[in-house]
Amino acid sequence: MNAPIVMVEAVGMRFDTNNGPFVALRDIDLQISRGEFVSLIGHSGCGKSTLLNLIAGLTLPTEGICLCNGREIGGPGPERAVVFQNHSLLPWMTCFENVYLAVERVFGAAEGKAQLKARTCAALEMVHMEHAMEKYPNEISGGMKQRVGIARAFAMEPQILLMDEPFGALDALTRASLQDELMGVMGKTGATVVMVTHDVDEAVLLSDRVVMMTNGPAATIGEVLEVRLDAPRERLKLAHDSAFAEYRAAVMEFLYQKQMKKAA
Amino acid sequence: MSTLSLSAASAAPEKIDKAVLATASAAATTVAAVEAPAVRRGAMSLQWLRTLIAALSGIGALVVVWWMVADNVESFPGPIPTWHAAVELFSDPFYNNGPNDMGIGWNVLYSLERVGVGFGLAALVGIPAGFLVGRFNFMRSASEPVISLLRPVSPLAWLPIGLLVFRDANLAAIWVIFICSIWPMIINTAAGVRAVPQDYLNVARVLALSEWKIVTKILFPAVLPHILTGVRLAVGTAWLVIVAAEMLTGGIGIGFWVWDEWNNLSVEHILVAIVVIGVVGLALEYALLWLAKRFSYGGTV
Repeated sequence: MNAPIVMVEAVGMRFDTNNGPFVALRDIDLQISRGEFVSLIGHSGCGKSTLLNLIAGLTLPTEGICLCNGREIGGPGPERAVVFQNHSLLPWMTCFENVYLAVERVFGAAEGKAQLKARTCAALEMVHMEHAMEKYPNEISGGMKQRVGIARAFAMEPQILLMDEPFGALDALTRASLQDELMGVMGKTGATVVMVTHDVDEAVLLSDRVVMMTNGPAATIGEVLEVRLDAPRERLKLAHDSAFAEYRAAVMEFLYQKQMKKAA
Repeated sequence: MSTLSLSAASAAPEKIDKAVLATASAAATTVAAVEAPAVRRGAMSLQWLRTLIAALSGIGALVVVWWMVADNVESFPGPIPTWHAAVELFSDPFYNNGPNDMGIGWNVLYSLERVGVGFGLAALVGIPAGFLVGRFNFMRSASEPVISLLRPVSPLAWLPIGLLVFRDANLAAIWVIFICSIWPMIINTAAGVRAVPQDYLNVARVLALSEWKIVTKILFPAVLPHILTGVRLAVGTAWLVIVAAEMLTGGIGIGFWVWDEWNNLSVEHILVAIVVIGVVGLALEYALLWLAKRFSYGGTV
């Protein structure tokens, strides 16, 4: 692959709490190439969301440096779009307006209103939400909200898409259909994605690399698994695929043997 | 079908409920789906009827107590003379025989005007001030002692200051309304700004929205329900305070009207005024509640 788009170098993250400093992350080194899909997986509390927030620029590291395109990440920006765990649609705007807000911000300077509207519609069509453009977030289901959240992120044509447990709050069937949809969108756009997940199947199914994190506090990267499965990946075929099963087993082994949580 | 069972339900609710239940369990789900709203509406109208009966009996009890008090206290008018006085007052609420003798309608409108002006000015100052206090910790720390100190002070204590500064009774009354309205506006707006979910602010940060867009597209809509709570509290307090303020300042207004009628010893009119003040206050409350409902987003996330 070509030059990395994101470089995380010797990053540590310490939070000052009422009970003194709390080290969430230490010694993180990670490179993400253009067009790559990377999953961050680990037990809850291992700091995987913290790492994602560092790449997003929502928080800044207390040690080390995060680079995007060779420049230090000093804050969030539209070139690093985030799909939030709880979708974070603004409830006073329709689905269309929620996506339009992002589109207008990114392309408003260069394009006219008609073009911006077309972009917004295209993004919503991509996630099959064109029927609910004029609906408000509280009028649609959780899965639909997350689709709109994904549409909002993709509509910005970001260099890298950061997803924080995007399907975590959804039921298994909705999650599967959204994963398929995401794979479809990925196939079309070739986007670079970093996704936080705690779902082993999801990580293996979607990723080129699975980054497995040790338990916190002071979590770091334990192992990195390269997933070499042919595209397009199909859920049903992979269910009987021995390579898929091995990848899956490797992640499970890491999570449930090497990093078994002492007491849940 | 649905109107039929609805009217039947209010007549004999229990029977119908059972009948519908039986049909629903026996018949296919589609029938149940058709019947269910009718049952719910029937239950709702029953609930509504109960509430109405309870409310009427409460008011009835009040009238009975009033009757008993009137019977035992000399020159305290009972409900019937008061009713006659009210009919007479409301037969011509907007007569105008010069500034000292105007209809009760005019008096209420003048009071509402003072409340409107004083409250409006408080909103103009209080809402932006609330945004500043909520958004910047320095402003919060700076304003907290001042607000804590001044908020418990009865607004009427500010009346002499108003008279001194403005040298005008009407402006002094408006000033008192301004003072009593501004605290709930600032406090609720600031609390609203602080309660804006971090998720929404993160969206703004990821999109790198301009400060203007953050305020108009995210902060203001998110804070609006809190602002409306502040408005409701402020208007409620203002309506309480205006009666007392007008008693002291004089002029045309329902408060001074009450005082004037006391000087005329027409207690019936005072009782009518008490009901009118209550009704206007209730109407303001409901209008603002309706407004607040109009601008709530059906659950935030």
